[in-house]
Amino acid sequence: MQVPAPFVYERATSVQDALALLAKHGPDARLVAGGHSLLPMMKLRFADPAALIDINSIDGLDQISVADGIMTIGAMVTHAQLLASDVVAQHFPMLTEAERVIADPVVRNKGTVGGSLCQADPAEDLSAALGALRASVTTIGSGGSRSIPVRELHDGPYQTVLDENEMVTEVTVPLPSGSSSSAYEKLERRVGDWAIAASGVSVSVADGVISEIGIGLAAVEAPNMVAADAEDAARGQVPSAELIERIGELAAEATDPNTDQRGPADYKRHLAGELTKRALRRALTNAGALTNEGAL
Amino acid sequence: MTTVEESPATDQPDPEGPEVGFGRTLRKEDIRFVRGKGNYLDDVRIPGMLHGAVLRSPIAHGRIVNIDTSAAEAHPKVKAVITGAILETLNLAWAPSLSHDVIAILATDKVRYQGQEVAFVVAEDHYSARDALELIDVEYEILDPVVDARKALEPGAPVIRTDIEDKADNHIFDWESGDADATQAQFDKADVVVTEDLLYPRVHPAPLETCGSVADMDPVDGKLTLWCTTQAPHAHRTVYALVAGLPEHKIRVISPDIGGGFGNKVGIYPGYVLSVVGSIITKKPVKWMENREENLISTSFARDYHMHGEIAATSEGKILGVKVDVLADHGAFNNTAQPTKFPAGFFHVFTGSYDYPAAHCKVTGVYTNKAPGGVAYACSFRVTEAVYLIERMVDRLAQQLGMDPAELRMKNLLQPEQFPYHSPTGWEYDSGNYPAALQMALDMAGYDELRREQAEKRAAYEATGSGDLMGIGISFFTETVGAGPRKHMDILGLGMADGCELRVHPTGKAVVRLSVQTQGQGHETTFAQIVSEVTGIPTADIEVVHGDTDNTPFGLGTYGSRSTPVSGAAAAIASRRVVDKAKIIAATMMEANPDDLEWEQGTWSVKGSPDRSVTIQETAMAAHGPLELPEGVEGQLDASCVYDPPNLTYPFGAYICVADIDSGTGHVKVRRFIAVDDCGPRINPMIVEGQVHGGLADGVGMALMEVIAFDEGGNCLGASFMDYLLPTSMECPSWETGETVTPSPHHPLGVKGVGESATVGSPPAVVNAVVDALAPFGVTDIDMPCTPAQVWRTMQGRRFRSDLAITDD
Repeated sequence: MQVPAPFVYERATSVQDALALLAKHGPDARLVAGGHSLLPMMKLRFADPAALIDINSIDGLDQISVADGIMTIGAMVTHAQLLASDVVAQHFPMLTEAERVIADPVVRNKGTVGGSLCQADPAEDLSAALGALRASVTTIGSGGSRSIPVRELHDGPYQTVLDENEMVTEVTVPLPSGSSSSAYEKLERRVGDWAIAASGVSVSVADGVISEIGIGLAAVEAPNMVAADAEDAARGQVPSAELIERIGELAAEATDPNTDQRGPADYKRHLAGELTKRALRRALTNAGALTNEGAL
Repeated sequence: MTTVEESPATDQPDPEGPEVGFGRTLRKEDIRFVRGKGNYLDDVRIPGMLHGAVLRSPIAHGRIVNIDTSAAEAHPKVKAVITGAILETLNLAWAPSLSHDVIAILATDKVRYQGQEVAFVVAEDHYSARDALELIDVEYEILDPVVDARKALEPGAPVIRTDIEDKADNHIFDWESGDADATQAQFDKADVVVTEDLLYPRVHPAPLETCGSVADMDPVDGKLTLWCTTQAPHAHRTVYALVAGLPEHKIRVISPDIGGGFGNKVGIYPGYVLSVVGSIITKKPVKWMENREENLISTSFARDYHMHGEIAATSEGKILGVKVDVLADHGAFNNTAQPTKFPAGFFHVFTGSYDYPAAHCKVTGVYTNKAPGGVAYACSFRVTEAVYLIERMVDRLAQQLGMDPAELRMKNLLQPEQFPYHSPTGWEYDSGNYPAALQMALDMAGYDELRREQAEKRAAYEATGSGDLMGIGISFFTETVGAGPRKHMDILGLGMADGCELRVHPTGKAVVRLSVQTQGQGHETTFAQIVSEVTGIPTADIEVVHGDTDNTPFGLGTYGSRSTPVSGAAAAIASRRVVDKAKIIAATMMEANPDDLEWEQGTWSVKGSPDRSVTIQETAMAAHGPLELPEGVEGQLDASCVYDPPNLTYPFGAYICVADIDSGTGHVKVRRFIAVDDCGPRINPMIVEGQVHGGLADGVGMALMEVIAFDEGGNCLGASFMDYLLPTSMECPSWETGETVTPSPHHPLGVKGVGESATVGSPPAVVNAVVDALAPFGVTDIDMPCTPAQVWRTMQGRRFRSDLAITDD
C-alpha cells in the first residue's frame, strides 16, 4: 500500500467556507475534489500538502446549463457528467470525444472539470479542448470574483495563475456561431494513459470561409496549449486539402515537446500535426464545409 | 496419436458439467473469490502484529558513507530500525542467491541498484513505518552506474561486485550449448545466411498482488510461522533453515491465496527475511507488504536478453543451422531462478520446432546496476527468449528468401514420426504433430484470404501514401516444461520432484495434499478433477490442501508450468494406488479373487457378475471398519507418491496475429489473434482456455507496451502502472482458440502443462505481424515494445533502444 505523508483534513461546506479554510491553513493547503490526480501524487510523495480541503460537500457547483449563448459548466461537474451530457454533445462534440478518452470510467466518475483545469497538467485533455473553445473559468477569491480565459489559466506545469485563496467555481464556454463543429484526436500508448499527443479543433464556417477556429494541443508543450499561429492562418480561408496540410504543419511548429518514454520530440511534433489535420478534417466535414472528404 | 478438434463455441463452464472427472466445470475456488472472501497475504492479521517498511536506495550505484537512524528510532511508534550493520552481527546481511551468487538482504558496503534494500523499520502501524523511513539519513558517495549491458564488459567499466574477492569486471559466466563446429559446417554449405540483432527487453511479471510476508517467531517454543507470497513454500522453508540456521521442523511456511505469481514469487526477497528478523528482535509478529513501486523496481524482472542470431538455409528454404550469441543482463546479483546446471535456463531449446542438424549458442551473463532476477514472467526458464529468437529468425529468413513464412515453416517443421525427437542441443521432445497444428491455425485464420487482403491494402497505401498497414505474423512454439528429472535438475541442491498425499475418509470424501501452490491457476479444481477422474470420487467431494508446509508433502512448487506435469502426475499415481488398494478391499468385501475384479470409474465389480460390485466410497468405509483384511494389508484408504518426471513435457502451438498499423501515427492494433494449442488432454478446458487467454494478453502487452527501461543514471523508468503499461481488454481482440491433442507418452495422464504456453508463444507472432506490415519500408526488425513512437521511428529507419531512456537521437 502506498501511503501519503500526514496531512490535515477539512471539509468545506460552502465556497466561502473553502476560502476561509484555505486562508487558515496557508499556502501548503490544497483543495481536493475528485482527488484522482492529487491523491496518487500524495501516495507517491511527489505532493505533500499540509492540509486537504474537501470541497465535495459544496452544493450547486455540479450543473451544466446554457443561457444567452454561453454554456456554463460547474467546477464540480464530473468527467462522467460531461461525457453523458446531450447538450454538451450537441454544441461541443470535441468535449464528448475528449471525455471518451480521458483516463478510465473510475476516474471519470470522480474527477471534475475544475480539478482537471487547476491540476495544470500539460498533458491534460480538457485544458486543450476548453482552450480551443475559448472557454473561461470564473473564480471567487478574497478579492471577489473574476474571469480568466482557460488559455491564460496555466502558469507552467502544475501551476496556475490563481491566488492562494482563490477557487474556480465554473467554466463558461461561448456557443459557436454559424455552421460549426469540433473534433478531438488523441493518441495514447494504451487506453487510459496520458496522451502522447492530442489535438482538439473547433471550427465555425460562414460564407464558405472559416470564420473562427480553435486548436488546442495537449502533451506537446504548445504555448497556452493552443496553436495560435495556425488559428490565425486558417481564419478567413476557404477549407481545402491544402489548407488542412498547412494548418497541420503550423500546429506542429507551435509545439516544443519533451522527449520522454512516450516518445521523442520529433515524433510528438509530427503527431501534433497529424492529429490536428485529422481533427480539422473531421470538424470541417461535420460542419458541412467539406462535402467530399475523399477528394481531400 | 493426434486428434484434431474444433474448439468449442463457448468458453463458458457448463454448470451441468461432469460431477466426476475431467471436463468444463466451474472452479471450486471461485466460490470464495467472487464473494471477496479470498485470504491474501495482506488479509493476514495477528493480534499484536507490527508493521515493517523498507528504506530503498534512491540511486543505482553508490558507496554507503553513513546511515543515521536516530531520528527514526525516536519516532514514538517505531519499535526497531534494522540496518545492514546490525544484520552483519547476526551473519544475515548476505544470503545465497538461487544461482550460486549472493544477494544483500540489506546493503552494507554499497548500493548496486535503485530500489535496493538499505534499512528496515518496524513500527506499530504501516503509516508510521513509512513515515519513519523519511527520518533515516543515508549519506551516499555516488558511483558511476553500469546501465547498458552492452557496455558492462568494456575495459574501465565500473566494477559492481566489489564484494567478490579480486573481482575486476562485471562478467558472471560464459555458457554454451550445441556443436559449434558442426554448426559452422552447415553454415559453410548454406546458400543463404541471415543475421539479426534481437532484443528481448526487460519486462516485469507485475502480479496484481505485490510481495509480502508476516513473520511470527514464537519466543517460547522457538517456532517460526511465516505467511508469505511464495510459489514454492517447501523450497523456501528449506532455504530459511539452511541460511538462517533455524531448525527446519521449527519453520512453517504458509502461502495463502496468491494474487498472481508468474515467477515473481519464486525467489526469496530481502523483505521476507527482514520480517523474520523483525519478529525475532521485537518478539512480535511483523508484517511486510511492498507497494507497487517497490514491486516493480526491486523484485524479479524477466528477459533482458540481447541476442545476435544467425540462420543458415538452402535457397529452397531448408534450414541448415542456427547460431546465437547472447548477452544476458542479470542485474546486480545473479539471482535467476532456474535449475543449477543451466545458467541460461532452458534457452538452449532455441532450435525450436524445426528439423535441422546443427545449432550452437553461447551465452554471456553480465552484472549491471539494475535489479536482479531474470527468470520470471511465465517464461518456462527462458523458453520465452528461445522461441522469440527462432521465430523471429525464421521470419527473417522467409523475408530474405521471399518465401511465405507459413510455407517456410511447413517445409521445416518436425514431422510426427520423428518423435521422440532428439534436438541438436540435447533435448528429447516427447510427442507432437506440428504440421496439423499449423494447418489448423492457417485454416482458422483464413490465411490465403488474409494475404489477398494485405496485398490490396499495400497497393492502396502505395497509391495514396495513407491508410492502415496490415501485417500477418506467425509463431510456432515448442514449450519445455515440467522440470525435473531430478537427476538433471535441482534448485540450490533440491531435486525437482514433487509429492502428493491422498486420503479417503470413511464416508468416501477425500483430501489431497500437494507440494505445489496455485497463484490463480485453479489448482483446487484441476487437482480435484485429477483425483476424481482416477478414483471416481466426485470432484465436489475432494478437498485440495496446499500452501502450508506443516500440512503438505515436500516439493519444489509451482513455476515453469510444472504443476500438472509433475504434481499432476503425483496426484494421478497416488489416486491409482488408492484404487489398487480399494481393489483388495473390494475383493475382501465380496469374497472374490482380486484378479477377477474389473474397474469402471468409481466401482469395482466381479467380471461377468455386474450385480456383485462395491463403490469406492463403500471400500473407504470398509477400510476403516471391522472388515478383516488380507495378510499385510493395512487399514484405511490412502496413498502417496513422490513423482520424479522421466522427461520434460513439450506442449506446442501455432499462433497467428493480424495487426493493423496506422501509418500516420505508428499505432498498432491487434485485429485478430488465432491460437491453436496442444497441451495434451485438457483436464478442465475452461481453465486451460483461461490460461491461454491470459498468456495471449501477456504477449500483446510485451510486444506492444510493457518494458522496464533505465535512464543513464540507472533510474527505473517503469516504476508505476502509469509507466509500466499492462494491456487491457481494449488492446486485446476476441481470442480465437483451437486445440489439437497429442498426449505425452510418459505422463500418466498424457497431459503436458499449459500455464506459460501463450506467454511464450505469442510475442513473436505480434512482432512478426508488425515487421510484416512494415516490410514495404525495408524494415527487418523492431524492438519490443512496438509503441507508436518506436513503430514510427522504425518506419523511417531510425529505431531507438527500447531498454534505455528515449532520446532525441
